[in-house]
Amino acid sequence: MTTYAQHEHTDFTGASLQALETPALQAALSRLGVTLAAGNRAAWGALPGSDELRERARQIKDETLARLDVLLVEVEQAVERAGGHVYWACNAADARELVLRIARERGVRMVVKSKSMTSEEIHLNPALEEAGIEVVETDFGEYIAQAAKHRPSHLVAPIIHMTVDQVAEILSSHLGQKLPPDAGTLAKAARVALREKFRTADMGITGANFVVAETGTICIISNEGNARLTCTTPPIHVAIAGIEKVIPKLADLPIFLKLLARAATGQKMSVYSSLITGARREGSRELAVGSSEKGDNDESPATLLPTAYSLLPELDGPKEFHLILLDNGRTEILGSSYRESLYCIRCGACLNACPVYRKVGGHAYGGVYAGPIGAVLTPLYDGLKDYPLLPHASSLCGACQTACPLKIAIPHMLVHLREDMHREPEHFEAENLIYGLWKLGLRSLRLYRIGTWLTTRLLGGRAGGWFKSLPGPFSGWTHARDFPAPAQRSFRDLWTELKNERQDGDS
Amino acid sequence: MCIVKVALMITCLGDIFRPEVGVATVRLLRRLGVQVEFPDGQTCCGQPFFNSGYPKLAQDVARHTIDVFERAAVDAVVVPSGSCAAMVKVEYPELFHEDAAWHKRATDLATRTHELSDFLVNVLGREDVGANYRGKVTYHYACHLRALGLKDEAVRLIRAIRGIEYVPLDGLEDCCGFGGSFAVRFPEISGAIVNDKAQAIMRTGADVVVTTDAGCLMNIAGRLHRLGSGVRAMHLVELLQT
Repeated sequence: MTTYAQHEHTDFTGASLQALETPALQAALSRLGVTLAAGNRAAWGALPGSDELRERARQIKDETLARLDVLLVEVEQAVERAGGHVYWACNAADARELVLRIARERGVRMVVKSKSMTSEEIHLNPALEEAGIEVVETDFGEYIAQAAKHRPSHLVAPIIHMTVDQVAEILSSHLGQKLPPDAGTLAKAARVALREKFRTADMGITGANFVVAETGTICIISNEGNARLTCTTPPIHVAIAGIEKVIPKLADLPIFLKLLARAATGQKMSVYSSLITGARREGSRELAVGSSEKGDNDESPATLLPTAYSLLPELDGPKEFHLILLDNGRTEILGSSYRESLYCIRCGACLNACPVYRKVGGHAYGGVYAGPIGAVLTPLYDGLKDYPLLPHASSLCGACQTACPLKIAIPHMLVHLREDMHREPEHFEAENLIYGLWKLGLRSLRLYRIGTWLTTRLLGGRAGGWFKSLPGPFSGWTHARDFPAPAQRSFRDLWTELKNERQDGDS
Repeated sequence: MCIVKVALMITCLGDIFRPEVGVATVRLLRRLGVQVEFPDGQTCCGQPFFNSGYPKLAQDVARHTIDVFERAAVDAVVVPSGSCAAMVKVEYPELFHEDAAWHKRATDLATRTHELSDFLVNVLGREDVGANYRGKVTYHYACHLRALGLKDEAVRLIRAIRGIEYVPLDGLEDCCGFGGSFAVRFPEISGAIVNDKAQAIMRTGADVVVTTDAGCLMNIAGRLHRLGSGVRAMHLVELLQT
């Protein structure tokens, strides 16, 4: 029953059927439309000029990707100037190995983590555990998911698939005390347990919502404060970021903060926005403020800051800061028709808006990323061959693109993926044939007329106007719905009389 | 009025399953002083091919459609279906972005093509089309209106009907779960989505639900009929032509 929740899989159909038959999940998902999705829409409505803001963000992403190579080097230089270390990971295995090496060399035994989809993408937790290192997720939802050995089922609400009763049961067993199904009590119990972990952890691992090239600053957003504790309390901080997380300047950040909070939760501003620049600096050190652009182009707040500030030492925080920049297929996407997928800021708005996600939930998609953007990212990152159904798991209603703060053309990318799949010879050969023949019927007027004539004459008005069951591949339709019988006379037939009706215009 | 002559794009579903929608469209437009042609060579806009990832086949069908409607020599093409209108207006030019000659022809047709509620409200400037209906009506926003940038045109037309009681639908803009091949490939998911839609419609207490797309109509009406609901699912134009 819980295997889809626990393990990645490629069985979209099986998992979605199971989801449809799980009443608690259906109840939780149906609330999304009036909670997160409604909050998201209301937040756009309440923000003057939100459309301009979204267009501006798209433009920044577009320009960033156009010179990503240059900006990434800027990131490296800036982070190093601020006393941090930068590593390049081509793929998930590289990234895991880098984290393990940092941990091993420093004798790390326990790691606290704040919520990071990138760390899920590289399957970091199992690797750390295998190396004998204890890993503790500190986001409340992720903490529960970890205790239940579940994968997160939503980008920002990882246990949206659970009820409060289930959470009480999981935490009671995990913490060895009987806890009531009350959200406040459960959160308090988790907080008490987590404080001790924060205090004793040897290393903190986070993702990064944004990486600012000019200053080498990473920005981490959270509502619980756990991210700030994760990156400041332990002596070592490791951040893992996809290379698409770069934004050029600190001045670009407020635009994305405004968009991310609204798109994710409908908030004007997330509770914690942590900006981390390098590690603890005992002595004074000049901050990396886009040295190459210093002077002429000085609109960024960082360059407007008093010089004295940039020379201040940083007396607390971790002793070491490590930033791992992850490619894992992204540079290949950069030059493809899926480039816009790199605009994604992982807010989850498309999941909340999607009629399919709201029925099947996140685990059905099989990979790390769920929902409409997951249906694009999972086949791109993990191979279309293994996930041939995901691009089809959409009615192409466009609600995702409307909800997306970056207006990512998800429906178009899904259609593109469908096209790419037809190039994989082993898939859908029968379908290619059916569509090919259908097209011939539409190009030949004679065939089309014969087809229409036959359909209306043979099936028109049959079965009292409604078919209760259909044959073959169409049988699924009539599980839940009746299918209308064709009309007895097509419009084409009716037109012969209609065209001679009198024109009796009123204007 | 600048536009005097339009061509009706009936759409393949409309031609076979809901010809009365075409009939109502022709009569309504004539009543508003518009001359209507029906170019007999038309078949399908090619949307099923495009959506299923067969752009070459879609191009082939699109060339046929462009050709047919060019020959009709009309001021505008009116489509009583948002999804087919979106195919022509949004996707046709994109389909031919590597073929300058066809791109121009596609763009010309796209510019002249209008979904019916768009044509009535934004081209003819009519909200009150002189319709009367005594009853309680709700309305489902068909997703492809979003692609066309249309918002409340249909609601404005409904509200202007004399004698009508309009009841807004919960989750008005939520997809009905049709999605063409989606409904065939994932009938259970599609069925669950349309069930929500049908339940929301029944909760309004309306006796009629209208929408602007043959696909949504087929889906919603099919579920309502299976549930034994007495709510009638109609195309907007059928209500406007009462």
